[in-house]
Amino acid sequence: MSSHYEAPIREPLILGEKSYHDISVDVGAPILGKANKSWWIVFSIALVAFLWGLGCIVYTVSTGIGVWGLNKTIGWAWDITNFVWWVGIGHAGTLISAVLLLFRQKWRMAINRSAEAMTIFAVVQAGLFPIIHMGRPWLAYWVLPIPNQFGSLWVNFNSPLLWDVFAISTYLSVSLVFWWTGLLPDFAMIRDRTKSPFQQKIYGILSFGWSGRAKDWQRFEEVSLVLAGLATPLVLSVHTIVSFDFATSVVPGWHSTIFPPYFVAGAIFSGFAMVQTLLLVMRKVVSLENYITIVHIEFMNKVILLTGGIVTVAYLTEYFIGWYSGVPYENYTYLSFGAATGPYWWAFWALIICNLIVPLTLWVKKWRRNILWTFIVALVINIGMWFERFDIIVICLSKDRLASSWSMFSPTFVDIGVFVGTIGFFFVLFLLYARTFPVIAQAEVKSILKSSGARYKRIRESGKD
Amino acid sequence: MYKFSSKLRLFAIVCMVLGLIGLVFGFLSVPGTVEEANEILAAQEAHHSGGEAHHEDGAAHHEEGAEHHEEANFVDEVKGEPGYSERAMAGDKDMGHAAHEDGEHMEHVLHQMQTKPWSATFIAAFFFMMIALGTLVFYAIQNAAQAGWSPLLFRVMEGITAYLLPGSVIVLLVVIFAGEHFYPWMNHELVAEDEILQGKSGYLNFPFWLIRGIIYVAGWNLYRYFAVKNSRDLDTAEGLQPYKNIFKYSIYFLAFFIVTESTMAWDWFMSMTPHWYSTLFAWYIFASIIVSAVTVIAIVTVSLKAIGQLEFVNDSHLHDLAKFMFGFSVFWTYLWFGQFMLIWYANIPEEVTYFILRIQEYNPIFFGMLILNFVFPILILMNSDFKRVSWFVVIAGIIILVGHYIDIFLLVMPSTVGPYGSFGITELAALLFFLGLFIFTVGMGLSKVSLRPKNNPFLVESEHFHY
Repeated sequence: MSSHYEAPIREPLILGEKSYHDISVDVGAPILGKANKSWWIVFSIALVAFLWGLGCIVYTVSTGIGVWGLNKTIGWAWDITNFVWWVGIGHAGTLISAVLLLFRQKWRMAINRSAEAMTIFAVVQAGLFPIIHMGRPWLAYWVLPIPNQFGSLWVNFNSPLLWDVFAISTYLSVSLVFWWTGLLPDFAMIRDRTKSPFQQKIYGILSFGWSGRAKDWQRFEEVSLVLAGLATPLVLSVHTIVSFDFATSVVPGWHSTIFPPYFVAGAIFSGFAMVQTLLLVMRKVVSLENYITIVHIEFMNKVILLTGGIVTVAYLTEYFIGWYSGVPYENYTYLSFGAATGPYWWAFWALIICNLIVPLTLWVKKWRRNILWTFIVALVINIGMWFERFDIIVICLSKDRLASSWSMFSPTFVDIGVFVGTIGFFFVLFLLYARTFPVIAQAEVKSILKSSGARYKRIRESGKD
Repeated sequence: MYKFSSKLRLFAIVCMVLGLIGLVFGFLSVPGTVEEANEILAAQEAHHSGGEAHHEDGAAHHEEGAEHHEEANFVDEVKGEPGYSERAMAGDKDMGHAAHEDGEHMEHVLHQMQTKPWSATFIAAFFFMMIALGTLVFYAIQNAAQAGWSPLLFRVMEGITAYLLPGSVIVLLVVIFAGEHFYPWMNHELVAEDEILQGKSGYLNFPFWLIRGIIYVAGWNLYRYFAVKNSRDLDTAEGLQPYKNIFKYSIYFLAFFIVTESTMAWDWFMSMTPHWYSTLFAWYIFASIIVSAVTVIAIVTVSLKAIGQLEFVNDSHLHDLAKFMFGFSVFWTYLWFGQFMLIWYANIPEEVTYFILRIQEYNPIFFGMLILNFVFPILILMNSDFKRVSWFVVIAGIIILVGHYIDIFLLVMPSTVGPYGSFGITELAALLFFLGLFIFTVGMGLSKVSLRPKNNPFLVESEHFHY
């Protein structure tokens, strides 16, 4: 039995009569061609949003944090909500490229490149917030343990906010290296296919002189596996550390031991929703329907179902233990009867409806194979997961232990402007990426063509008779 | 077809008989009165030649009280209360009412001593039951995930889950009959003077608790029954209908399991210390369940292969199992650390009692468990070549199993018998008895059908699996 064998019951992952050459052509097309009008329109909108956000950031830093809607009770609101939201989104990329590699999931190959790009761009957005929410961001370098003239004054390693610094920066660097390593053969493919001397030069530099020898490939595979093995605990620990920001505190609703795995599950949940949102559009615009097939969409929906289920159990656990603890302060936490009926009832129910109820529709096979419905559900989850973080942060802070300190939060236009700005920045980066990078890991997809390509599966089947 | 050898069967029966004798001895040798309990403490005292404060009798305990509090550093000076460490030491059943008169204290000690054989039985019973249950979960995951490597091991997994029915029924009976020994909230007098427990009585009341237990056991066994039935039907079936059934049942079972596992952990373990709570607790126990189960799958596979029963299983299959042992060991450590660190860091009195008791009274095994469950597996199973060597995997497996027995021991003993937990004849006997029962049931389960499944759509992938 050849190593290309695959159970006939598995659905093909590459449709159409594709050959190796076709894959190169399809993947190279957006880079070698020219951008159309709608790309420019969308890009301009994203750029404007980004610049507007930049203006809001400059205004915040130069005027003071007081331009945000924070108050003395609620010292974290949109800033950290957005931070956790973006970090969470970034987690799906590593999950797809690392965890699914460890589990030998062939379907990851068509989506890992874009998912990793999404990771990196999302982490860049997330990385903005820890800086700009500082009162004195120009002293941000004090968070680093560098020897200095203050008698070598160092940081306190007991703070999860410091762990965040290490977690996020390590996460970004490892993801970047992992992504770039995978890109080498693909950049080399563009380098070899382009006619333009300028592109030859650029992709020649980017591909680090990749020549695809057997020894290179062997080491390439080993490095990918080792990086995947390292990235998996990394991806779990990064969001775990983000969850520690809350869970190590003594704030009712924040101090909960389930936060580490629950935040990770939520991150994968929201990250996959974002991958769906992006890829459903991308496969259409860049004509990659033969590679990102309905099977891929269904599999991603199944991951969403699984992680959504885990998150649901965590919600139930939080709600139950909040009641079970008998602690009166737990009556006002983000998952409590008080939250469901209190002043933030709309945020509570937004979370329940978006994260718990709407994704349940994906249990129905017909709906999870429906592209439009998938797109809607993915959008709803993105909104719901934003509300989850908002609820955890703001609802728990708004009614803490002392009733005299109870307060409400309402964002100013600057809060909103910064968030819009990061969305704009994200899309600026992603749109540029889609025009200049091979959005599908063609080298990897070629490796499964003969086992999972529709054409080859058919040939194998007919040979049997 | 595997034949359950008469030697192994005899071994299992001997284990059961010896274990049963030891258990009876354990239940008969508990002190019946306060005087007897005092004698035991005095003997221990002489043995330890003036050991720690808590091993002394009630009066001395009180004299040393103040000093002890300062050491423990958890005294609520403002309220002038004796402090949580003291109460935790005396067992959580006393929490919420200041019952520390000499007589009452000794009665409490007596009660804890009488609970010890119950705890020993429960620890061993649950340990083997969770192996069967975890194997069932792993089996369901393999089916639901349409794994291409594992179908050749399905019969092994089905054999191990044969223990689930007797195992889970015994566990349920143990928790029911242990009653107040384990679950202070079943004591009406205690609840009557404890407002916190009254607040929880909507969930922690005997009828509801019993119904929940029956639902868990029934649900898990129903899935096991129908999955195995369809798996055997598949051998002779024309189409793929039985396979499709298993696929569907597996998904529903996994959804059912994730919920019932949580409530099971709350019902059977967390409510032993009904004032204490932790949201992660249930998932933490799940990590122990799944890692022990995969380990046993690997050990049984290696054993069957060694006697030439699983020729078709190659070292790549073993490699994959060992990877899961490695991965789940790390996962367990992650959850252990998550729960421990968060409670240690915030240091909220009502939560931290759980760990104070364990660190002060069970220190060597509390931290030693981490070496067995984390350090050894990560060092032994990191190398890809080692994961293919059967005896290496077996050694790692035994270490992991010992570690997770200790884990269950630490979940139960401190909560039920306070500082008086130890590993003695009763604990060993309980282990022997359930080991014998486990080997016997699994041996019978494996010997009923061919170990090589047929007609699974992924079987050919599994046969040619090479990694």
